[in-house]
Amino acid sequence: MLSLTRLIQGAAAAALLATTTLSAQAAGEVQAPGEVNVYTTREPGLIQPLLDSFSKETGIKANVIFVKEGLAERVATEGANSPADLLSVVDFGNLIELADRGLTQPIQSAVLEEAIPANLRDADGQWFGLSMRARVIYASKDRVTDETLTYEDLADPRFKGKVCIRSGQHPYNTSLIAAVIAKDGPDAAKEWLGGVKENLARKAGGGDRDVARDILANLCDVGVANSYYVGLMRSGKGGPEQVEWGNAIRVILPTFKDKAGTHVNVSGAAVAKNAPNKENAVKLLEFLASEPAQEIYAKANFEYPVRAGVAADPIIAELGTLTVDPLPLTSVAKERKQASELVDVVGFDG
Amino acid sequence: MTDSAIVRRATRRPARSDRLWLVGGGLVALVALAPIFGLVFFAARGSGTLWPHLIANVLPVAARTTALLLLGVGILVTVIGISTAWLVTAYRFPGRRLFEWALLLPLSVPSYVMAYAYLDVVHPVGPLQTGLRNLFGITDPRGLPFPDIRSLGGAILLLGFILYPYVYLPVRALFVMQSASMLEASRTLGASRFRAFRTVALPLARPAVAVGVSLALMEALNDIGASEFLGVRTLTVAIYTTWVTRSSIEGAAQIALVMLAIVFALVVIERLGRRGMNYSGPRGNKPAMPQPLAGLAGLVATLLCAAPILFGFVVPASYLVVSAWRRVKLGGLPAELWIWTGNSLLFAAIAAILTVAIGLFLATAGRMSRRKTLHGLIRLSGIGYAIPGTVLAVGLLVPIAGLDNWIAELVKGIWGRSPGLILMSSGAALILAYCLRFMAISIGGIEAGFTRISPSIDMAAHSLGAGPARLMGGIHVPLLSPALAAAGLLVFVDCMKELPATLLLRPFNFETLATYVYGEAARGTYEDGAIAALVIVVIGMLPVALLARAGTRDRRRPVVG
Repeated sequence: MLSLTRLIQGAAAAALLATTTLSAQAAGEVQAPGEVNVYTTREPGLIQPLLDSFSKETGIKANVIFVKEGLAERVATEGANSPADLLSVVDFGNLIELADRGLTQPIQSAVLEEAIPANLRDADGQWFGLSMRARVIYASKDRVTDETLTYEDLADPRFKGKVCIRSGQHPYNTSLIAAVIAKDGPDAAKEWLGGVKENLARKAGGGDRDVARDILANLCDVGVANSYYVGLMRSGKGGPEQVEWGNAIRVILPTFKDKAGTHVNVSGAAVAKNAPNKENAVKLLEFLASEPAQEIYAKANFEYPVRAGVAADPIIAELGTLTVDPLPLTSVAKERKQASELVDVVGFDG
Repeated sequence: MTDSAIVRRATRRPARSDRLWLVGGGLVALVALAPIFGLVFFAARGSGTLWPHLIANVLPVAARTTALLLLGVGILVTVIGISTAWLVTAYRFPGRRLFEWALLLPLSVPSYVMAYAYLDVVHPVGPLQTGLRNLFGITDPRGLPFPDIRSLGGAILLLGFILYPYVYLPVRALFVMQSASMLEASRTLGASRFRAFRTVALPLARPAVAVGVSLALMEALNDIGASEFLGVRTLTVAIYTTWVTRSSIEGAAQIALVMLAIVFALVVIERLGRRGMNYSGPRGNKPAMPQPLAGLAGLVATLLCAAPILFGFVVPASYLVVSAWRRVKLGGLPAELWIWTGNSLLFAAIAAILTVAIGLFLATAGRMSRRKTLHGLIRLSGIGYAIPGTVLAVGLLVPIAGLDNWIAELVKGIWGRSPGLILMSSGAALILAYCLRFMAISIGGIEAGFTRISPSIDMAAHSLGAGPARLMGGIHVPLLSPALAAAGLLVFVDCMKELPATLLLRPFNFETLATYVYGEAARGTYEDGAIAALVIVVIGMLPVALLARAGTRDRRRPVVG
């Protein structure tokens, strides 16, 4: 039986040792030249290939923390001494939020302005879009004959009990609902969302890939999900069953009823307000907008590159030509809170 | 010395140590409250404009869902936990020795892994239904009337099967410690074994049941991985949505604080219900002899104990083995697997040792001192368990980052160069979060162990001149060793599985097994995550096995009393 004092002494020593070695490393990390610190909400598997490639090219070491929720809170509370240089997020709403909360700084860079279309970056350079993902419709190959569909069609009574979708509160969906609010007004949007709720085959929930799996299982005929999951499934990166899921569906690039284009959400990055390695952060941003990096976005993650002249992955290209809905992203971002409340009001997830 | 003088000396509480307990308890409670201050800080920034909407459209449904989930999980863990604990203690039947410790195995399965595993296994295109359809020659994937696991009922079942060990563990420890004399007394008075269980063993086990059930319910209440995945909209999911989708950390903090107040009230009510009861019975010098069960009765007992192990452990573990094996065949082991394992082990071990040590201090303080203030402080110290992990971590950001910045400025003032944020970048913030999150497990487990040590032992030690330190080191700790080991095990396994706080508070380039599993699952490459998930489960099994060995040894040791 260990005596308690020995136990406590041992624990304290271990804790101290761990802390000192780690902080010795950390102290070296924070402000050494030739480094860049990234806070990201992108899954490590998606961002690591980009960072590795950047380090290889420039010799700058990239330190990364994958934060799921609370990235903004962490940067805000860390304040002036925050080690964060680049904030990378998967959703456009979060980008605007970071800028609105004063956590970013304006970057003037001719390289970025040339590489990224004006509607995908902030006019003052507070944030930059780096890749796009289309919110598409998965339809059963066997049971759905439509060649084209609009988002509004999901509320059509002919799909009663046939629609599958993840939680209405997921950012990808609130962003889509916000776009409907911006286009058709809140009353029409509410009616539409109520109609989709009536058509649900099962409770809203799970992930986007579950839509394809449930279509394969004949639980539903149509559903809404992101474009890159088609690439992940059909390429076999998620294992052999997922190939089967991906092959059970036909992908339709939908539009709103105005036929203007498909809803996309944009992932991107911003330089942190108190970045200790600002120059390297800008270098990394410029690298992420460069041709080789944009190709990694397309090939490894099956996203749509923002840079003109970089092709999407063949699996994604064969889904059809993407026409991006011209509604400004900022108009969508304005309606997101209302969209989220609408989800509650119609009891979409109930 | 006269008899009365001995009693006076034994019952007199020395004032000096009383102050020590009070100051120590106050310090721990203050640190435990730090994340709450953080939440209050966030909540106060908000105007409460969200509340009309929440009250009209969100909270009624979420509250009902949460109540049903807790009710369901509560019933399930109580029934499974108590019945299996009684079976393996009171009877001998085929497989009992194995079940004794194997019943703890579901502890090692994280709730999010459980949800992924079952959705894959019982989905219409998953192996179970596909196999059954092939057996019956059905072609339509919807040909079998299987209920969807993505439902409240599904969440109750899945959580119940991984959370019942929280009840099984303390209740079983208590049944083992209960002396045979009481049970035998009831038997000689003509009570059946079942009646002895109902009227003697079970009422005496109430504190352990209460602790176990409340821990399991807190786990269920604060679960986000499984419930969100299964589409169950609990209050915790509502908090999360308010924060993430509505970008309102203020609103999320407000709901969290209200929820916390309710949880705290419930805990207090339960304790008031037990007030003034003393559960330390006479201690025989031998535990009760298990009664052999033969034939059909033995078979039924075997099946009853095997079922929860099968559903809570064997199914998800086999699923992980199969997925991990596929992944290894494809591309071998991930190169950094050992680093993540090391990170998980180191942090979980440090946190478990600290949490048990502090828990022991607090539980001892509670035993030695009758001050109401102190008992209030002890309850407050366990408050971190009643807050969803994500919210606790955000609340902790405020005080930790504040302290970190203060240190950084101080060092800058002295050396002219900022060291950066030491607490965050060293992982100390993470260890602190683990300790605060799981302190209640440690306090509860150790207090339950204390109820079995008669106060007369303390008095005897006092009268022989032993101070509190000697009493603790020489008598309490050895007697409590099963309870300490059990508390340490629970905290360790919980830290291994912990996700939300780890994601938010970790240093750069720091990955644990749990964060890796999560990252891969979020990306949809489950199989890459399966290897790390399997390692979590395997490492979680080791202390279970150790504990099982300790448990059997304890029963051979003559009991002091």
